[in-house]
Amino acid sequence: MNENLSLNLLDVKEEISNNIKKNKVLDFYFHKLTLGFASLVFIILAAIIISLFIYAWPSLKQFGLGFFFSSEWDVVNNKFGALIPIYGTLVTSIIAILIALPISFGIALFLTEMCPAFLKKPLGIAIELLAAIPSIIYGMFGLFVFAPIYAKYIQPFLAASLGKIPVIGALFSGSMNGIGILCAGIILAFMIIPFIASIMRDVFEIVPKVLKESAYGMGGTTWEVVTKIVLPYTKTGVLGGIMLGLGRALGETMAVTFVIGNAVSLDPSLFAPGSSITSVLANQFGEAEPGLHFSSLFAIGLMLFVITFIVLMVAKVLIAQVEKKQGVKS
Amino acid sequence: MDLSVYQKRKRKNWLGLGFSLITMLIGLFALFWILYVLFAKGFSAFDLNFFTKNTPGAGTPGGGLLNAIVGSTLIVFTSTFVSTPIGILAGIYLSEYGNENKIAGATRFVVDIMLSAPSIVVGLFIYAIYVNQVKHFSGLAGAMALSLIAIPVVVKTTDNILRLIPNTLRESAYALGAPKWKVSTTVILKAGRSGVITGILLSIARVSGETAPLIFTALNSQFFSLDMNNPISNLPVVIYQFAMSAYDNWIHLAWGGALLITLIVLTLNVLSRTFFGEKYDL
Repeated sequence: MNENLSLNLLDVKEEISNNIKKNKVLDFYFHKLTLGFASLVFIILAAIIISLFIYAWPSLKQFGLGFFFSSEWDVVNNKFGALIPIYGTLVTSIIAILIALPISFGIALFLTEMCPAFLKKPLGIAIELLAAIPSIIYGMFGLFVFAPIYAKYIQPFLAASLGKIPVIGALFSGSMNGIGILCAGIILAFMIIPFIASIMRDVFEIVPKVLKESAYGMGGTTWEVVTKIVLPYTKTGVLGGIMLGLGRALGETMAVTFVIGNAVSLDPSLFAPGSSITSVLANQFGEAEPGLHFSSLFAIGLMLFVITFIVLMVAKVLIAQVEKKQGVKS
Repeated sequence: MDLSVYQKRKRKNWLGLGFSLITMLIGLFALFWILYVLFAKGFSAFDLNFFTKNTPGAGTPGGGLLNAIVGSTLIVFTSTFVSTPIGILAGIYLSEYGNENKIAGATRFVVDIMLSAPSIVVGLFIYAIYVNQVKHFSGLAGAMALSLIAIPVVVKTTDNILRLIPNTLRESAYALGAPKWKVSTTVILKAGRSGVITGILLSIARVSGETAPLIFTALNSQFFSLDMNNPISNLPVVIYQFAMSAYDNWIHLAWGGALLITLIVLTLNVLSRTFFGEKYDL
């Protein structure tokens, strides 16, 4: 009897130690497995840059740095320069930011300071849904619905007001047929409003209550509290939100392709059709023959990726700074 | 006492708050205007043919979007099938192993950036490493591109959700002698299940409307096909081609497709935010 018991105990002991060993091995592999998948993100990032660079190399070698400053995009004679798409991408994005910034600020202000509590959630979701609508829908909406209205009312109005001012008047002149760089910028603005507004709302919420209450206690109006207390306190975060919106606007494809007009030409007027990096890619990639044309398309794609990556990196760093502040203060 | 300065400040305040109210209305107006236009132009396309007939040829009347709907479902399903396990495992690493560790910090940073990276570049990338190697477009390539876009969404939500789960739960499981892999998969992941599902739903919503990466990968096909190894019809590219065309019938179908996609995407968003979002503040 006694012998049997001790034998059983030995069995159990062995089983336990085996189990522990097995689980140690499993733990080891589980750690490595999850680490592997987490590292996949870096591998993908590196692979994107390297593969695009390999495909872009023939064009970069052929045209050198001049690629980025030449406005020639001549498929027939195999001469390529990226200035026109770069110009289109930058100008549409800047227009989008200029329009989206005040609107996003107003929305964030409304959601944090004015909105009754029970409306906060539904209104916040409604604004965020603007970001969920696929970009191709914005494109169709822009082309079929917004562009005609814009051509009929907004363009004549701009030409008659801003167009009369010397120097900047040139920006608002020319034929008014709807689609063009300014139209693309306006559509882009509505696509990035939810991103900027939600970052602004989040950083506005971070401002310590004591600060705001002191200002109110001294008799400050809501507007004064927001512009003189909240904004200065959160300016890095607001800047981060703007950069995030900019990063989004730079890489937006379908919406821009529908309404920018896809003309590969450089025109000072914002009414004129143009091209962005993304619209050139979407339009020409399908018919590009292997060779310089093909390679140049990869070159502008690589440039777009690097630029947006840097912009988004700055955005992330700025926003993280404000979030850190919250950790310290509260 | 001079009251004019007070009045001036008061006026400024009203102007500022009025401006804020107007911007909010502009935002809401934009959303409802787009939805209204989609319904007004797209709803009439929803009939039996829309869901049972294939895309019509140029200029021919009738037809529907059956092949595109099936193709899109296949592509999105395949991409979700790939991105979900990868995203969840990477998310588990970040939340369970990555508290104060540099690799995890850097991963979070890159994931955040990839969330907003231009999707068209992802299409170029898959074209370069896959389509151009096998020399033909395919639904599989499209699914690869979409899964690259979905992975960051799943990683981020999984990480955020799992980090919200109280440490006492982990400690209780360890105290019972459970090994880490078992704690992570059967205790922590299970506790955060609904949040992780939300992340997957959001990633599906995110990729279902993506058009740009599919132009270079899945391309399009006017026929009904279930073969993922060949170009396959899909809703976003069909909408793009039809909307840019000169045929009324095609444009009408494009509006129908646009409404369908938007309804799916918005429903997924609202569902995940209202049902699961409350708990996790998504």
